[in-house]
Amino acid sequence: MSAPYLEIKGLKKTYNLKPILRGIDIVLDQGKCMALLGANGAGKTTLLRILACLTKPVAGTVSIGGLDIGQEAQQVRLLVGFVGHQPNLYDELTIIENLLFFGRMYSVKKARERAAALLQQVGLARRSNERVGTLSRGQLQRLSLARALLHSPRLLLLDEPDAGLDDEGIELLEELIREHAEQGGTTLFTTHNFERAVKFSDQICMLSGGRVVYKQATTGLEAGGVRMAYQEALR
Amino acid sequence: MTFLLQVQAILWKDIRCELRSKQTWISMGLFALLVLVIFNFAFDLRVDNKAAIAPGVLWVAFVFASLLGLGRTIASEQEKGAMDRLMLCPVDRKAIYLAKLLGNILFIVVVEVIALPIFAALFNVPLFAGELLPIVLLGTLGIATIGTLFSAIAAATQARELLLPILVFPLIVPVVIGAVRATGALMVPSINEPPWLGLMMAFDVIFLSVSMLMFEFVIEE
Repeated sequence: MSAPYLEIKGLKKTYNLKPILRGIDIVLDQGKCMALLGANGAGKTTLLRILACLTKPVAGTVSIGGLDIGQEAQQVRLLVGFVGHQPNLYDELTIIENLLFFGRMYSVKKARERAAALLQQVGLARRSNERVGTLSRGQLQRLSLARALLHSPRLLLLDEPDAGLDDEGIELLEELIREHAEQGGTTLFTTHNFERAVKFSDQICMLSGGRVVYKQATTGLEAGGVRMAYQEALR
Repeated sequence: MTFLLQVQAILWKDIRCELRSKQTWISMGLFALLVLVIFNFAFDLRVDNKAAIAPGVLWVAFVFASLLGLGRTIASEQEKGAMDRLMLCPVDRKAIYLAKLLGNILFIVVVEVIALPIFAALFNVPLFAGELLPIVLLGTLGIATIGTLFSAIAAATQARELLLPILVFPLIVPVVIGAVRATGALMVPSINEPPWLGLMMAFDVIFLSVSMLMFEFVIEE
């Protein structure tokens, strides 16, 4: 049995006194992938932002790789790769310049080689000298994935990573998640697509009103069953 | 070593983005020139009042042009969500502040280098290149130190263009007074003049230290 890599206990978050997360408890083992489902406003993005050390919880604890995110945020940041709603790239820089810049931020060794390999993988190698501002939504998402993987993170946090991706991009995403898991990496991603949630992940976790309302391993589970559970949870 | 490399990387990124977008330098430069030209026509400049008016005009141009640029540096990060990306990185927040500060100083200095000869020509005053240099540098450092910190606060709000001057102007008053009086003293030397350079230096050291310490709290949510 593998050790828990991500442990969330009693996590609470409020914005302007409005509760967003009302006591989340999640445990995810190393090398596993969890899909977070939930309606808009359920708290999925807030949860990922807390795990990425972008925002602080008001209560509860989070441990990533044995490190407390409140006490050791800088070390945790090295372990985490994050893809958010925004591409978080610099439009004026070229694709390769963006990756090299973030490579320097993470002190990635042989950053140029690593960036070139990732660009090859996400299908943007030929466009590496083009400015990011010229890329389409799907291409930006591919580049965001490459940027998140640049420093070989142990925990990958993906907020609706399938948004804007075509069929080929979805296959690439699946491949990247699988490869990441094979290398012992842990993944937590949000999606609104039940089929994808079942296909890509080992566990499904459903949020509603800032609470975990459903948690289930995907072995033997079908998308239809998840959809029914989702509708039940929303009632 | 990592700290300095990160400062260098952020600074390099900001310069490269600015060279390509040209959003900040052009607006700052044009604004400074506009102020100098308008004031040149607005005042009835004579030999006896030139020394009293010219330093004020010069620093009004520098302060307002600086604020245009200061508002952009962190706001441009926020607009594209890239500040999140920078915040995700295991980079010391002081490194982000220092890089942004150095970038702002560089942008302002470039504008000053262009504006100073034009000021000298329009107001028919000598440039005092050697003596003016420390005044301009200390004044610029003071404005940029405060401006960089408060641009981070203002960038998080919707009314940042309004908020930034309101927050910055009262705080930079001492350094601007020092700069204006020190520049004036170059034109009409006086033996009873207080040590303006020392005051500006003390202001810069205090606010640089405070800003470095506070930036982390300002930039975190």
